[in-house]
Amino acid sequence: MDTKYLFKRHNTYWVKVAVPKDLRKELGFDLRTSLHTHELSEAQKLREAVVEGFKSQIFAAKENLKQSNGKGSVKTFMPITDTSDPQYYHKVVDCQYACPAHTPVPEYIRKISQNEYTEAYMINWESNVFPGILGRTCDRPCEPACRRTRTHEKPVAICRLKRVAADFKDDVSNLLPKAPSNSNGKKIALIGGGPASLTVARDLIVMGYECTLFEKDPQAGGLMRTNIPSFRLPEEVLDAEVNQILDMGLNTKFNSEITSLKNFLHEDFDAVFVGTGAPKGKDLNIEGRKEAKANIHIGIDFLTSIAFEHINSIGKKVIVLGGGNTAMDCCRSSLRLGAEDVKVVVRSPFSQMKASEWEIEDAMEENIPIFENHVPKKFIHDEGKLTGMEFQKVEAVFDAKGNRSLVPTDDDPVIIECDDVLVAIGQDNSFEWIERDIGLEFGEWDMPVVNPTTFQSTHPKVFFGGDAAWGPENIIWAAAHGHQAAISIHKFCQNEDINKRPEPGTNLVSQKMGLHEWSYDNDISQAKRFLVPKADQDVALKSLKIEVEKGFDENLAMEEAQRCLNCDVQTVFSESLCIECDACVDICPTDCINFMFNGPEDEVRQNIRIPALNIEQDLLVSKILPTKRTMFKDEDVCLHCGLCAERCPTGAWDMQTFLYEEAKVYS
Amino acid sequence: MTYIVKPVNHHPNLEKNKLGLTRRDYEGTISTLCAGCGHDSISAAVIEACYDLSISSDQIAKLSGIGCSSKSPSYFLNQAHGFNSVHGRMPSVATGANLGNKDLLYLGVSGDGDTAAIGIGQFMHAARRQLNITYIVENNGTYGLTKGQFSATNDQGSKSKYGEENVFAPIDLPTMAIQLGAGFVGRSFSGDKQQLVPLLKAAMKFEGFSLIDIISPCVTFNNHLGSTKSFDHIREHNESVSSLDFVPIGKEIKTTYKEGTKVDVPLHDGAMLTLEKLSKKYNPLDKGQAIQSLNEAEKNGKVLTGLLFINPEVKDHAEILNISDTPLNQLAEKELCPGAKKLAKINASLN
Repeated sequence: MDTKYLFKRHNTYWVKVAVPKDLRKELGFDLRTSLHTHELSEAQKLREAVVEGFKSQIFAAKENLKQSNGKGSVKTFMPITDTSDPQYYHKVVDCQYACPAHTPVPEYIRKISQNEYTEAYMINWESNVFPGILGRTCDRPCEPACRRTRTHEKPVAICRLKRVAADFKDDVSNLLPKAPSNSNGKKIALIGGGPASLTVARDLIVMGYECTLFEKDPQAGGLMRTNIPSFRLPEEVLDAEVNQILDMGLNTKFNSEITSLKNFLHEDFDAVFVGTGAPKGKDLNIEGRKEAKANIHIGIDFLTSIAFEHINSIGKKVIVLGGGNTAMDCCRSSLRLGAEDVKVVVRSPFSQMKASEWEIEDAMEENIPIFENHVPKKFIHDEGKLTGMEFQKVEAVFDAKGNRSLVPTDDDPVIIECDDVLVAIGQDNSFEWIERDIGLEFGEWDMPVVNPTTFQSTHPKVFFGGDAAWGPENIIWAAAHGHQAAISIHKFCQNEDINKRPEPGTNLVSQKMGLHEWSYDNDISQAKRFLVPKADQDVALKSLKIEVEKGFDENLAMEEAQRCLNCDVQTVFSESLCIECDACVDICPTDCINFMFNGPEDEVRQNIRIPALNIEQDLLVSKILPTKRTMFKDEDVCLHCGLCAERCPTGAWDMQTFLYEEAKVYS
Repeated sequence: MTYIVKPVNHHPNLEKNKLGLTRRDYEGTISTLCAGCGHDSISAAVIEACYDLSISSDQIAKLSGIGCSSKSPSYFLNQAHGFNSVHGRMPSVATGANLGNKDLLYLGVSGDGDTAAIGIGQFMHAARRQLNITYIVENNGTYGLTKGQFSATNDQGSKSKYGEENVFAPIDLPTMAIQLGAGFVGRSFSGDKQQLVPLLKAAMKFEGFSLIDIISPCVTFNNHLGSTKSFDHIREHNESVSSLDFVPIGKEIKTTYKEGTKVDVPLHDGAMLTLEKLSKKYNPLDKGQAIQSLNEAEKNGKVLTGLLFINPEVKDHAEILNISDTPLNQLAEKELCPGAKKLAKINASLN
């Protein structure tokens, strides 16, 4: 099996190509693109295309460099790692680093393994605001990042452990912050009642801001309420976590859609946060769309109607178009509304479907077939009554840059009968209500120009976040945006420079308690990832309200928590103590540690005991040691077992817990 | 001591040898020696050498005496045969085992106390008889198990952890082994695997008595200022006589040396040792010169390391004694008892 330049992470192959260090300025750090697929053979093809495509680019860059400075042969050395930069150790904690809100994952998993669910919940609540909701619905960028995908196979079930914290916590109402008794006199308007606005509200209310939420629907929650079916996210879980914020002292105006930002800006607010999401489902304007419109529905509108109980039935035969999470929710909701024959039809190959792997699995477990490589051609109707759809079969072809095109095959058109079609092929933003003459600039794709760090638009008073800022993402991104926007709004209202961002809080504490005692559990569990128990399908499919996943019980949660490798317990190296006895090199189970002469990064990466091919992972580079050698530690597959520190005679290695707390407006 | 269990997981890209085994498959139980002990580095070097040579563990017997060094066979080659014998008596047990089954590869693991003090007589005779064994001395110059007294290899004037000076002159095991006729004598340092691993591989492939005296600092009792067996002292005074490449049969020689600086030494089975001479004067094939150089180095406070002496012509004890090609443990009654007819014939010849 040829896996050069391919990295497997949790059933997904990523194509990555290392770029020589001196060319990184021109070509970027590495040529990893967003090329990823579940199929090895496909990944290999992609890789070939990418490598070929970049060869000429690398060659040209090399020539350029030679001509420009003429000193291409000067030997470079890897710089000493600056571990005082909070991002170095942060990056070692792969899950936390991958989380947009930088939730301290290993920290709360340790709390769960100590049965301290409330503490685990509060750690989550601090970072991501909606632990119970996210514990069921998060897109889990943390899981493919989990070190276990590199050292074992499957990642820790981080998301479902988050749910455990929410499920088993005590009453947290006393632990939640309240608004101070005196307002600071500043008024903030939040447009849209979704996770981004709620996060901004939570952060600003405790600072004394008077926040007012404007929501077009009768309840707050945004897409969490309208787009996520109850069988994935029960209403009481949603209500509990949304109410936590409403009860802090948030003024709410429900059923109040803002139709003109121009007029709204005349109202008495010091700043406006726009968190209106991406509420417009894409339509499919092909033959027959107008005629058969009675039975063609837009996916997210369909889900919203179910949430507010405006719909309670659907035809017997349903086609769902699209391969994203909305499509998965649509097909499973259809089954529960009484459809007997539900099919998902996707334009792309199965392996490139946008939906999360587990959501696809859930749909397939409910016996919903997925047809890949079918491009919709027309709606077939009998005098306005929808009877079926016609599709063209295609094949995915990749060019040298990895761009995909869908080429029709010679097969005959495919006709699938149906009574209803749900179109879930993407979402757009909808900014008709923002006038274009108010000093708020719009850019590409008719999206507002938003500063990616401050979330400020070109109108200084108006801030954006969540899907409204850069298009559809996941709830966890909305929470991350909300925290940053709150910081900006605060600085803006206090006349501070909003470009100066607060530093994260960090803490590094030794775990050594005695000669051979460590205050963390460093046994490496060999257990396989535990599956979450599910409700009996016969029962679950009968109702929209029965939650399919039952969540881990306490025992399962404990076992799953043990699988965490404690990547936040860092291997900290002190050059001044090292006697270069090699004990750590000999004992390290994954051969991470090396003592050798320094050189250019590519050479070092090749020459260490086991070449460090995963360029996404850093090398810890020490200062020069008495024998003129340097210690290099490849962070890639370090198990954080602590054996290096245990076998070190002088304490040059120490295991220290690194806590990284993303700055909040109130911290 | 280490109380953490070493995880079974290894690096996903860990390579496999000809037998399909990874280096981790040659490990033993986790070491109970002090953290940082040089002996653990030697264990790692033995693991590396056996892995590189693709030797199956069941073809190896690990024999040892008593002491910190003699515990260490537990920490490598879990699947090999082994016998932890009486203090200083490892060579006798090795001789017996060797006579019983000469096909196994014998790794004798001993220390400076086990070899240069209580077992010195056994050591000398094993060398003299060309016992086919790789005799490893894990030499730290101190009695670590009994709290750091001077051993017989400790240099005169070297200081103990508590400050007093050693008043006796040391025994130099390589010099002694060369004089006694050992065919392969080397010295190395536990902290230099680049030198140690090829030396071990060559010694294992050598047929006859091969001694490797490995300076192995005792981090607990003999790694302080004033000790001549500390990491710092050895690093400062180490003088390597040669850089060694061990080339098994059928493998191309990759390293290139300047003309006149290279010596090729063929071994019995067709493998080849290639030495790069670091000192022009030094010739590892010349017994007299080897001893002279060792004496000079000692006078100058230097520690000579590398392959100090090799005699590729030497015959091992099985050849000298004309022992049957089939190992004795495989001979059944039929082969061992000549029968009545043969006896009558012998008797008749005596008349």
